[in-house]
Amino acid sequence: MSEEKKVKSMKVEEKEVGATLYNLDPIIMKHHYEIDYIHSYAQDSPFFAGLSKGQILGSKCPKCGATYATPRGHCMDCGAKTEWMELPLEGTVHTYTTCYFGGEEFLDETPFTLIMVEWPGVETLFLSRLVGIAPEEVAIGMKVKAKFKRLSQFKPTDVYFVPTSE
Amino acid sequence: MKPVYMIGGGITKFSKSSPQKDFRYMAKEAFDQAMADVPNLTLDMIDGSVVSYFSDHFTRQLMAGIMVQDYLGLTPKPSRRIESGGATGGMCIQSAWEAIASGRMDVCLAIGFETMSHVNTWKGNEFIALASDTNFDYPVGGFYTGYYAMMVKRHMYEFGTTERQLAAVSVKNHGNALHNPYAQFPAELTIEDVLNSEMIADPLKRLDICVMSDGAAAVILASEEMAYKLTDKPVRITGVGTGTDAMRLSDRPSRDVILLPHEKAEDYKDLKYPGVHSFRGGRVAAKEAYKMAGITNPLEDIDFVELHDAFTSSEIQTYEDLGLCKYGDGGKFVESGAASLGGKVPVNPSGGLLACGHPVGASGLMQGVFALWQLQGTIGQHFGGDDTLQIRNAKRGLIHSHAGTGTYITVSVMERGF
Repeated sequence: MSEEKKVKSMKVEEKEVGATLYNLDPIIMKHHYEIDYIHSYAQDSPFFAGLSKGQILGSKCPKCGATYATPRGHCMDCGAKTEWMELPLEGTVHTYTTCYFGGEEFLDETPFTLIMVEWPGVETLFLSRLVGIAPEEVAIGMKVKAKFKRLSQFKPTDVYFVPTSE
Repeated sequence: MKPVYMIGGGITKFSKSSPQKDFRYMAKEAFDQAMADVPNLTLDMIDGSVVSYFSDHFTRQLMAGIMVQDYLGLTPKPSRRIESGGATGGMCIQSAWEAIASGRMDVCLAIGFETMSHVNTWKGNEFIALASDTNFDYPVGGFYTGYYAMMVKRHMYEFGTTERQLAAVSVKNHGNALHNPYAQFPAELTIEDVLNSEMIADPLKRLDICVMSDGAAAVILASEEMAYKLTDKPVRITGVGTGTDAMRLSDRPSRDVILLPHEKAEDYKDLKYPGVHSFRGGRVAAKEAYKMAGITNPLEDIDFVELHDAFTSSEIQTYEDLGLCKYGDGGKFVESGAASLGGKVPVNPSGGLLACGHPVGASGLMQGVFALWQLQGTIGQHFGGDDTLQIRNAKRGLIHSHAGTGTYITVSVMERGF
């Protein structure tokens, strides 16, 4: 094989993938960035399993009695391992907002209403969405009722709330 | 603990994007300005640094801290990165303070930056929302403006705070920034302008919320001996305090109000605290800093405040945490003019985060820089001859940095040392 032939074959293959030129002065490159991320709910898993069975599970500390509407594996007061506690499906709105914008992942869903749900005798709150009501009609103190998605996606949005019709 | 002084500060003009300079160059620009403030200080006298930036997602360069250290010519000296969400900049100063107070260093650089322009605003909001519990909060509609909106809704319910009072903060801070050449978003606004701006998360509107920014800021801290050797205008950091609270807004059970020296338990007989309407961590930070600085009545003892106003609502809530007024009176406090330039205790005379911008890792350091210049009496000199924002005879100032829904909060008290 001649020297010349060998050199000719040594050429980088050029494909249009990855970063592309976005601007010339200064030179700015733009690249797409997406990943599959493996996220474990770990000790919180029973909560998500509970949603698929139509239950909202909070936590209770067997040692000091502290109660948590959003579960936590260990008590933030005394450090003991908590136990699971089923919450009533009806609660009240502690506070709320309607989001007309959001992070990119949720932009398609705007406007959506967020509420913090409060239960009597439970010391902390639970973040969820409220549907089936105009934003201007939502009020602190109103009674709301949990509903569950039929096809569980194992996300906290498997449960959402609607106004209690009385 | 050894006494700690701030001797120099520098800052880039915050902007929507800065494609001509990367984070290293911006840091270098802020650093060079800080060094120019102290002509007798040379690179070899700096014992080490603390470098801060909030988000690896925005930077997309891990270990960017060491890249700043090497770009500034400070290798192989000690350095570390500090991150604590929105309070990153304030924590950076306190970390450098510890290096001097412990006697480990005689001169320490505290420098921070953020480059938020690399993604669009909505992706940026998504990145920021990742600073909320990714099991329970983020997936429900993760959006920081939404979280703060829920907090202020409850504040309005508990105390009667109004949207006009929120708007008054926006008018004040954007107006102050008209005289600050480093500010990204100076504007002459009316209450109506704010009320009529686009609703983002009820009740917070576009002009109630800070913008995303690129920028860097730096301060240089020194021991007493080095401070007086290097400058005739040293500013002493007389108190530092840090508080925290649970990441989830849900996890804020009611407790007794943590009282400041000038308050009594009877003041808050029926108040459920902190709930979601107040930042307990801010109160804890203030209490620790006041104790160290010997402050017993903050409204009387402090000449100005630069506080973390990423939202107009958080400025009102923070007046209360800092004890400038009682819990619940924050809305009336801003309406009274007490926080305005020329008021009892001007708050965010620089324009704050609302008007200067909020490049997260730099914001707390920005407050340090402006507070330093206030106490040195050099605002006019640094602001191109415009000294409108100079607070006459300012002797003691407070800076306050705050992370997501009040999770990390730093308060530092600074006093004229000459």
